[in-house]
Amino acid sequence: MSELKELYQQVILDHSRSPRNCRVMEDADAVAEGHNPLCGDQVTVYVKLENDRVQDISFKGNGCAISTASASLLTEVLRGKSRQEAEQIFRSFHELVTGGRPEGPGPELGKLQVFSGVSEFPVRVKCATLVWHTLKAALERVREKVSTE
Amino acid sequence: MSTATESLAERVRKDFPALAQAVHGKPLVYLDNAATTQKPRVVIEAITSFYERDCANVHRGVHLLSERATGRYEEARRKAQRFLRASDSREIVFVRGATEGINLVAHSFVKPRLRPGDEILITAMEHHSNIVPWQMVAEEKQARLRVAPITGDGELILEEFERLLGPRTRFVSVSHVSNALGTVNPVAQLVALAHARGIPVLIDGAQAAPHAPVDVGALDCDFYVFSGHKTYGPTGIGILYGKAAHLEAMPPYQGGGDMIRSVTFEKTLYNSIPYKFEAGTPHIAGAIGLGAALDYLQQLGMEHIAAHERELLQYATSALSQVPGVRLIGTARHKAAVLSFTMGDIHPHDAATVLDHEGIAVRAGHHCAQPVMERYGLSATLRASFGLYNTAEEVDVLIRALGRVREILG
Repeated sequence: MSELKELYQQVILDHSRSPRNCRVMEDADAVAEGHNPLCGDQVTVYVKLENDRVQDISFKGNGCAISTASASLLTEVLRGKSRQEAEQIFRSFHELVTGGRPEGPGPELGKLQVFSGVSEFPVRVKCATLVWHTLKAALERVREKVSTE
Repeated sequence: MSTATESLAERVRKDFPALAQAVHGKPLVYLDNAATTQKPRVVIEAITSFYERDCANVHRGVHLLSERATGRYEEARRKAQRFLRASDSREIVFVRGATEGINLVAHSFVKPRLRPGDEILITAMEHHSNIVPWQMVAEEKQARLRVAPITGDGELILEEFERLLGPRTRFVSVSHVSNALGTVNPVAQLVALAHARGIPVLIDGAQAAPHAPVDVGALDCDFYVFSGHKTYGPTGIGILYGKAAHLEAMPPYQGGGDMIRSVTFEKTLYNSIPYKFEAGTPHIAGAIGLGAALDYLQQLGMEHIAAHERELLQYATSALSQVPGVRLIGTARHKAAVLSFTMGDIHPHDAATVLDHEGIAVRAGHHCAQPVMERYGLSATLRASFGLYNTAEEVDVLIRALGRVREILG
């Protein structure tokens, strides 16, 4: 498979054309906006937590196929995960797309493995990770909310 | 394409070492000239020879190397003067680029004249560099930034521009050529309209100077700026042209060495123009490299370059229009060789990645002109921008590669 076909796998193209959980969530516990000023990609992540687990998650935004598919798959993978699990998955995902070596056994990435081709395209790493950084900001916001209450 | 203009590109390509390379195993097709241009060997050699033989500071040493460096630096100024057909080399100020030129004029010329409620007029097709400096001074002086609208084709609406030239308008700043749309503005006419009301005008020539002859005397503009690196010269150097009377009356932009006549702790006397605006050791090698680039362009003839790029634009516009799903953004009657477009639902970044793998360098994004993108309801476009070394064959390579884009992403 060529590098390009590896990058634009069918799963990625499918998720970019029909993104899952692409909606505004009115009663979210946390909302964060991510923006890449250099390329104009923009994403908003909505999270609802219950007992520190992701009970519901959605996103809205516009961007390239990689960033849209990444947001779509993120929402699928993280539903039901604890906050700590989400952070571990992000670390492993980041290593996957940057071609870094995992520091130890990480969580199973499952469907997110389709993004392995991104590591051959350094300038596109930010497309794949924008939604993850945004999610991290959203989860930190929940923590802030909890700690101030 | 006629053989006359095609031969220009064929003749000059060997002058540009960077064009001979392959990227991702394919011959480089460089269509990102509105972002920056490749450099001819004469520019690279001018810079190298400065550092190898003549490297010294300018305007101060009595030794031979300083004399040579000063000679070459000031010769570059006269080359820029000839290039812009300015009447006096004192009207040529070396700056870092068009952006710094605009900032200099905003701070030294416009800001002191602004009173609360005054207005600065720009157009809806400006690059961020011709928006943000005006917003900054307007905010500081409680003045207003007014924006003359454009049509769906990307042409300035002249009646609206004229209507916005009001009693509070203190300054007009317009691009000669739009970087995102390719529109060529009727700048001589805009200057005349503003001058009829006593309003001075700056023309942002970043996208114009590399592509067609510029005559600041005929335009009668008060200021004209352009960047060296878009004009086949080095990065970090550019030109601000200003009418001598304006430059004389303006306070310096930055303080430091070389811009002074005498300094005591009580009082500093400023140097004469243009040195008053060139504080600190300038980008000497950059100026010399730019001078070599301007010589190179003038030897080829700006009229010939313009004619070649005009034919290329016609050829590329008609070829691109026939690609299914392509929508051209910017279809003004008078255009420079810039083609902004979208391809159905395919995001420009994805398309640009595929094109890159075909060896083709294009820009994908908002082109530092977010208000323009917003005007068309887009967040990004693809942009192919042509230079003097591009050929019709390269347009064909682009068209074929767009088929590959559709195959992979469509």
